[in-house]
Amino acid sequence: MNSHQGEMKGDKQMNTSVLEERSKVPATLSARALSQVKNNGALWAFFLLLLINILITPNFLQIQTLYVNLTQVATVAIVAIGMTLVIASGGIDLSVGALMALAGTIAPMIFLSDFAASWPALGLVLAIVVAIAVAGLAGLFNGYLISVYKIQPIIATLILFISGRGIAQVLTNGELQTFDNPSFEFIGTGRILGVPVQAIITIVLALSIAWVIKRSIYGRFLLAVGGNEKAAELAGVPAKKIKMLTYMICGLLAGIAGLISTAINSASDANQTGQLMELDAISAAIVGGVLLTGGKAPILGAVLGAAIIQLVGYTLLANGVHDAVAMVAKAVIIIVAVYLQQVKGAK
Amino acid sequence: MNILTRVINLPGLKRKAHASRQAEGVLIALAVITLFASLRYDAFLSEYNIMTFLAYNSMFILIGLGMCFVIMTGGIDLSVGSVVALSSVVVAKVSEYGIEVALPVGILVGVTTGTINALVITRLKIVPFIATLAMMLGARGMALVISGNQSVDVSWESNFTQFGLGKMFDFIPWPVVTMLLAFAFCWLLLEKFAFGRHVLAIGGNEEASKLMGLEVNRTLFGVYVLSGALAGLSGVMLASGFGAGQPLEGLGWELSAIAAVVVGGTLLTGGLGSITSTLLGAILLGLIFNILNFENGLGTISFSAYWQSIIRGGFLLVVVVIQAKMMNRKKAH
Amino acid sequence: MNNVDSIDLVECDMPSMGALSQAPEVVLSMQGIDKRFAGVPALSNANLALKAGEVHAIIGQNGAGKSTLIKVLNGAHKLDEGEIHFLGEAVSYASPHHAQMAGISTIFQEVNLIAYRSVTENICLGHEPKRFGMVDWRKAHAHARETLARFGLELDVEQPLGSFNIAIQQLVAIARAVALDAKVVIMDEPTSSLDEKEKAVLFRVIKELKSSGVAILYVSHHLDELFQICDQITVMRDGKTVEQKPISAMSKLDMVAAMLGKDPAEIAKGGATNFAATGQVSDEVLFSVAHLKGAAGLKDVSFDLYKSEILGLAGLLGAGRSEVARAIFGLDHEMKSGKMHLSGQPVDFNHPSRAIAAGFGFCSEDRKEDGIIPQLSVRENLTLVLLPRIAKYGLIDEAKERQLVDEFIRHLGIKTASMEQPISQLSGGNQQKVLLARWLVTNPNILILDEPTRGIDVGAKGEIQALIRRLADDGLTVLMISSEFEELVEGADRVIVLQDGHSIQELANEQLTENAIMKAIAQ
Repeated sequence: MNSHQGEMKGDKQMNTSVLEERSKVPATLSARALSQVKNNGALWAFFLLLLINILITPNFLQIQTLYVNLTQVATVAIVAIGMTLVIASGGIDLSVGALMALAGTIAPMIFLSDFAASWPALGLVLAIVVAIAVAGLAGLFNGYLISVYKIQPIIATLILFISGRGIAQVLTNGELQTFDNPSFEFIGTGRILGVPVQAIITIVLALSIAWVIKRSIYGRFLLAVGGNEKAAELAGVPAKKIKMLTYMICGLLAGIAGLISTAINSASDANQTGQLMELDAISAAIVGGVLLTGGKAPILGAVLGAAIIQLVGYTLLANGVHDAVAMVAKAVIIIVAVYLQQVKGAK
Repeated sequence: MNILTRVINLPGLKRKAHASRQAEGVLIALAVITLFASLRYDAFLSEYNIMTFLAYNSMFILIGLGMCFVIMTGGIDLSVGSVVALSSVVVAKVSEYGIEVALPVGILVGVTTGTINALVITRLKIVPFIATLAMMLGARGMALVISGNQSVDVSWESNFTQFGLGKMFDFIPWPVVTMLLAFAFCWLLLEKFAFGRHVLAIGGNEEASKLMGLEVNRTLFGVYVLSGALAGLSGVMLASGFGAGQPLEGLGWELSAIAAVVVGGTLLTGGLGSITSTLLGAILLGLIFNILNFENGLGTISFSAYWQSIIRGGFLLVVVVIQAKMMNRKKAH
Repeated sequence: MNNVDSIDLVECDMPSMGALSQAPEVVLSMQGIDKRFAGVPALSNANLALKAGEVHAIIGQNGAGKSTLIKVLNGAHKLDEGEIHFLGEAVSYASPHHAQMAGISTIFQEVNLIAYRSVTENICLGHEPKRFGMVDWRKAHAHARETLARFGLELDVEQPLGSFNIAIQQLVAIARAVALDAKVVIMDEPTSSLDEKEKAVLFRVIKELKSSGVAILYVSHHLDELFQICDQITVMRDGKTVEQKPISAMSKLDMVAAMLGKDPAEIAKGGATNFAATGQVSDEVLFSVAHLKGAAGLKDVSFDLYKSEILGLAGLLGAGRSEVARAIFGLDHEMKSGKMHLSGQPVDFNHPSRAIAAGFGFCSEDRKEDGIIPQLSVRENLTLVLLPRIAKYGLIDEAKERQLVDEFIRHLGIKTASMEQPISQLSGGNQQKVLLARWLVTNPNILILDEPTRGIDVGAKGEIQALIRRLADDGLTVLMISSEFEELVEGADRVIVLQDGHSIQELANEQLTENAIMKAIAQ
């Protein structure tokens, strides 16, 4: 910072160092990958939890344990992916739980209808498509309020947080819809090659969205909008569209999670489906390393974050600790995760 | 001298403060709805309806007042709903010693959670949204642990339930009296004491406030403790008015409180706000439920209770869109 | 409990104007100040002596240590070595607030007050007059009015500060300092966002402060204004205070020479910039603007932009320079009217993406606010605009991206450890180069540059100016906005002068001199 003469000198050195840099690329890439693992506290925490469980939790190393955890973590992980995108865009989505309830309510209404009775296959497809689409539209509505009317995300999504579940409750009059539809239940309870279907759905969604974020224009634009919206807009990034799309994707993912949750229970309950999901999803996204200031979207981190939170809950439960204590534990995890993120960022 | 007068002769000098304009809007809406309801429903302006309405809504108004202070600093307190539940459970446990003990205990519960929030926010520098989100989980967990996952019966032997169900001079329910006192306290605090001015200054520009030598951390501390204390008080009302400490109550109350504050015209980014219009906003949102009840009573249309959340959400939508349009237009000029 | 203090504050006699007639004493001295950041010295053996009733300027290049010196003085930084004496006592402040209470107030570059709150509150916050523990509003308002009246300002003190313009806000900041009975007022670039009229008001206030015995430490990049207002000059270079003289003993050239550490004679020979206008302009009008009207005081601007010329836009702040650029580029669209033609075809962009598609580029004035995306790497920042063009089905061609980024890093000599380094870790000049590259990589026809060299050190500045000329020689058409007339005179082929939202004059060839621009603006 001292004098420009120093910088002039640096200029000459630069040309050579750029060349060196190029030859170093493969080496630095693998080094970066390694350092990412090293610096990834979440991954370490996850392994530590596994280790603790192997040591103290009875019957931990059984396939049943894995299934139980996978079943419970899938919906949180899927919603957390959407939440990660939204947080990366510089926002937040409180309505995800309500949208889960909405999608979870709409699907059975369709496949239980008279129409579906006569066209079962079509009815099922329609049920899934319409339910997810409604959740996606609701997400788009959030995005519209936020990008066009410039309403703060927390307030804009508060609207559907309050009314979304209300709509689901009015549709069913607040009553439980039970059903017996093996094809639909398959997405909640089925297995492919022994692997629970919802785990497969989660992994496929996570990998494909992570790939899209890394490789696509959308991903880059999303990070740009989250990092500095004014600058992005000036660079020709259609910031409004990107935000709307992001909230829509978040809504779609919440819809998918709502269907899975409904399928697992063989019943839809507008009062309970997705209750407090916004908290779990935000927690998972944060533990997964998303920056609250926007500009970073670790999708696989969100899945890992969901897994950590799930595992903490399971560890406590399996060792006979009151499950309400798990909530307190979650609270501590959130604070620690954010605190560590800030300490790291300050360096 | 004439240079000076030219410089200060600027457009927008006489612009009315945004908050006061919105307060007028809320007041007008409230007047219109009250007029409509009093003409349509005979019992609407009855003493019974008014007192029951106010008594029930006192709990929400209390946390709305606390939330208003928090939001004016540019922060948010998501933990209040859980703190209400925790406080209700704790005071139910001590209810046999009477309200003289329960009331301070309930407030102390809120002060404790508020202090933890404040410490996390000011010392660990964690954003209020996250800090209080964690407390939302933590306090709920504590409430469930203490209560053993079920509601805790209060003692009917002591005078504890008198607080929630009794009336002063056989006329005004104690919760309403408490709420009015809290309102007066908050109003004075904001308008007449340096603390309130500092709250607004910090919300308006934290960096500048620091340079002006305001004790930013101490003020923030006070705000979160106040919000916690009011939530604790609200929990005492809950336990005493419903005769049980309820670990699962208060879900989503923080969001209703935020909605009331926003409807009242307080800027979510901080720096502008009003206690009076927060009170009006909370009453306005509460009235919607009251009117639905009457409408069902008339039997013209049958709204299920579930409609209330849809209508509340719709109402919030209308308010924030109007507010956003006003703000955006202002920016354009 | 506080009322005694605050009443004192309100009722204490302000030192009457010009009362201090005896020989001015040194109120503040800094001796042998050292300050290191992570081992790197930012200040080494800096000295300063400030007398009552003088305006003392500190000048120096970016990074010379001016702001560090101020921050050490007002308690924002702790010094490592050295002593500060204020009113005869050795002092050390824990924060700017403590310094303020002791009598050293700092007026920051961006007015650091609270826009939503009233003028009174902004003056009285932290030391409100109280009665029975409550704020005594009547007294507070009266006190605010009184303080402002000293500067001949009459304001409705109950209005939010934000409803006044920036000059008034700055005066309120000074009023706050006076209300706190400041003995030393530090002003950091106080005129950076003021127009000429407002500057005159500020200078009057400074003179009034001076005559009442307040010492003013004045930091500014604008050397010309120092002659109007300052008594003493301290020049800083590389963290040292290299010269302290009365301003009457220095010329502008001396100052520049001292800042750069060079011999004045050497500077007089060569120019500070190494690019010169060719004067050649093609006669093909590429783009024209007629009667453009828009946001924030843009009233009626017309000009033609010829192919591959550098057209300068001159004017004072608030004359509508940036607003012209923003309007052309499709920003603030709602408020726009007027006609624009590109190669004879009427155009009107409602979003930057449209303007970009038509071959425009726009490097904005505020790098941090609407330039860089701090979390992203140099590579990601550099290709942000280009992205849609190196993508298929929405997927980025990464090999191509890397190749282009690599090319431009070398081409523009961007100093970065690698293309994956976060842009926030680069120096200002290199960030600016990345932003330039962001546009150049899209091969635009017309590039709008708003203050392309603001806040960049002299070395990088020269490089960027030379680059702009080279690009124009290669056929790029440039619309350049600058508040430095020198940069326009030396860099542009023609200059359009804006005043109060109107385009009032065109200057070219031998008419194009700094004096001519100033004359046009002064009309």
